[in-house]
Amino acid sequence: MLAALRCVIARDLRLAARRSSDVLTVVLFFVIVVSLFPLGIGPEPQLLRTVAPGVLWVAALLASMLALGRVFAADHADGTLEQMMLGATPLGLVVAAKIFAHWLVSGLPLVLISPVLALQFDVPRELLGVVVLSFALGTPVLSLIGAIGAALTLGLRGAGALLSLLVLPLYVPVLIIGAGAAEAAASGLGGNAQLLLLGALLIFAGAFAPWAAAVALRISVE
Amino acid sequence: MSINWFKYSSPQTFFPLAGKLALGFGTLALVACAVGLYLGFFVAPTDAQQGESYRIIFIHVPAAWMSMFLYVVMAFWAGMGLAFNTRLSGMMASAIAPTGALFTFIALWTGSFWGKPTWGTWWVWDARLTSELILLFLYFGFMALQAAIDDPRRADKAGAVLALVGVVNVPIIYFSVKWWNTLHQGASVNLTKAPSMAATMLAGMLIMAFGFWFYSIAAVLLRARCIMLERERASDWAAQYARTAA
Amino acid sequence: MEKKTGTLSLEAVDLHCVRGERKLFGALTFTLRGGELLRIGGANGSGKTSLLRIACGLLEPTRGEVRWAGENIRRLQEEFWRQLVYVGHANAIKDDLTTGENLHVACTLAGVPRRPAQIGEALRRLGLAGCENLPARVLSQGQRRRTALARLALSEGMPLWILDEPFAALDAAAVDCVQNLIAEHLARGAAVVLTTHLETRITAATTRRIDLGAS
Repeated sequence: MLAALRCVIARDLRLAARRSSDVLTVVLFFVIVVSLFPLGIGPEPQLLRTVAPGVLWVAALLASMLALGRVFAADHADGTLEQMMLGATPLGLVVAAKIFAHWLVSGLPLVLISPVLALQFDVPRELLGVVVLSFALGTPVLSLIGAIGAALTLGLRGAGALLSLLVLPLYVPVLIIGAGAAEAAASGLGGNAQLLLLGALLIFAGAFAPWAAAVALRISVE
Repeated sequence: MSINWFKYSSPQTFFPLAGKLALGFGTLALVACAVGLYLGFFVAPTDAQQGESYRIIFIHVPAAWMSMFLYVVMAFWAGMGLAFNTRLSGMMASAIAPTGALFTFIALWTGSFWGKPTWGTWWVWDARLTSELILLFLYFGFMALQAAIDDPRRADKAGAVLALVGVVNVPIIYFSVKWWNTLHQGASVNLTKAPSMAATMLAGMLIMAFGFWFYSIAAVLLRARCIMLERERASDWAAQYARTAA
Repeated sequence: MEKKTGTLSLEAVDLHCVRGERKLFGALTFTLRGGELLRIGGANGSGKTSLLRIACGLLEPTRGEVRWAGENIRRLQEEFWRQLVYVGHANAIKDDLTTGENLHVACTLAGVPRRPAQIGEALRRLGLAGCENLPARVLSQGQRRRTALARLALSEGMPLWILDEPFAALDAAAVDCVQNLIAEHLARGAAVVLTTHLETRITAATTRRIDLGAS
């Protein structure tokens, strides 16, 4: 069974490597959105420092949503998704493996770039650790919850807009807690409470989201 | 006395029952709302701090209660439909969504009316209002998903998964928003605390709550009847009804 | 694969299928045992693919159930799927992977990982020798179909094959090859369900036939 899961992750990573433009688009989108905010609200350093965590998190949310189109849609179109459903490994585990591979390709780059962009907003060096850690814990939750939405809207017309409507309300707690971590750290309270909550959300989502997405996939494929 | 629970689990038998129940509850709703509004707007005393503008709570609070209650009921029926593969449960869930969305909208709108005279702004990022806004998006998402799927069975099941995921999230969303709000507390906004309750105020709110509840039952049952006719139009009983009712 | 022809049975019990507004078929019942071939015929749109998908467990019938060795496949889930190969209309091949990689993934997911030598042998059998390292994107329609069917050459251990139009887009030589594969598998005591418009020359202990949309 582990061999099958490793195979799925390796397959998805290989596919992403051969179509690297899709991956880069998401990262570029994140960078561009973050860079647009100062142009919109003015370059005053104090203001930017205050809004930095929020801006970074909103951009990460939008970039994650953009990337969700790649989780199941391609496999559904060429029939490989059905074969996964008829495989020897429980679909929930296969979905978890796919989400993990998806996060490695769409979420991890955001985590790695976030400190660079935070510096653009003049976030003090001590806070960068909290920012990166909040992203490292939060972006997988975004991938997990988003996968449920992607599974529900598989193959529908207007799936992109519908997916945003379905998934954004569910993203709100992650946004609040994730952005709150850096803000709390900035105000001297320390971001530990928020980071622990993010960790709890990650465990909760990691346990239930793949299973919910598997149920949704079976419904969508009928 | 053993109740045959399954007697009414098919659209054919439930259809006439729904009609009678809708009529009954609709009348009760009119009566309850009339009494509640009278108590709220004419009998209850003027508040020392907020004057007359507080009276909006007689609509705002019961509407907010119903919006959350209906979401849970909708998720319940959707879950039943998913677990037991019954058509009627899915139809009930689909019927509840628009009424739930309506009450959420009313809660938001009346909340904003309360905000204007009390704090000077039309919108206030208070924990309750923000959570209601997200709840409205959850309702819209459910309705949009069902509208986007042509096959009614897939629509029911997909909506059920979404409603169940949403219902698990509602407490998480509420607490995270409340936390966010208290952390960022600016002016002491406190829409949750109604003026200290005189007995008539409490009575008025409870009666309005019942009135809204009965209205919801009536509206949902009527909508469910429409959905039943639409989905089962190929069956004999529906064709029969269409002929005799025309 | 041990010859368990005695316990091998795919049963459809009172299957009804309604898609959208149309009733495709109703009260469909059949039993298929080891060594038997089931041919499903019918005009386009008569529900052949839906019936196959119900038999696989991908689609839920409006009424009725499918049983494998006496148990409902909905309860068996992976246990049933481990013994099943389904080749549908879609080839289930990723354009960006080579044929060798595609087959490797397919076999690993099915629970029976194969060595490269075995995969090469299967491709050679289907006339795709030398295509192992070509990305599926550059293959022709017929070659892609043959890659999908090469799975069959690697699935001697699966006692149930369900094939939807396996001969579509194949030339005469490939059709012969696939028919031989199926015949060999039937001789091993397995059960095969397929839909096709072609008149096949597959010899089997028993050939059953169901024609949908006939009544």
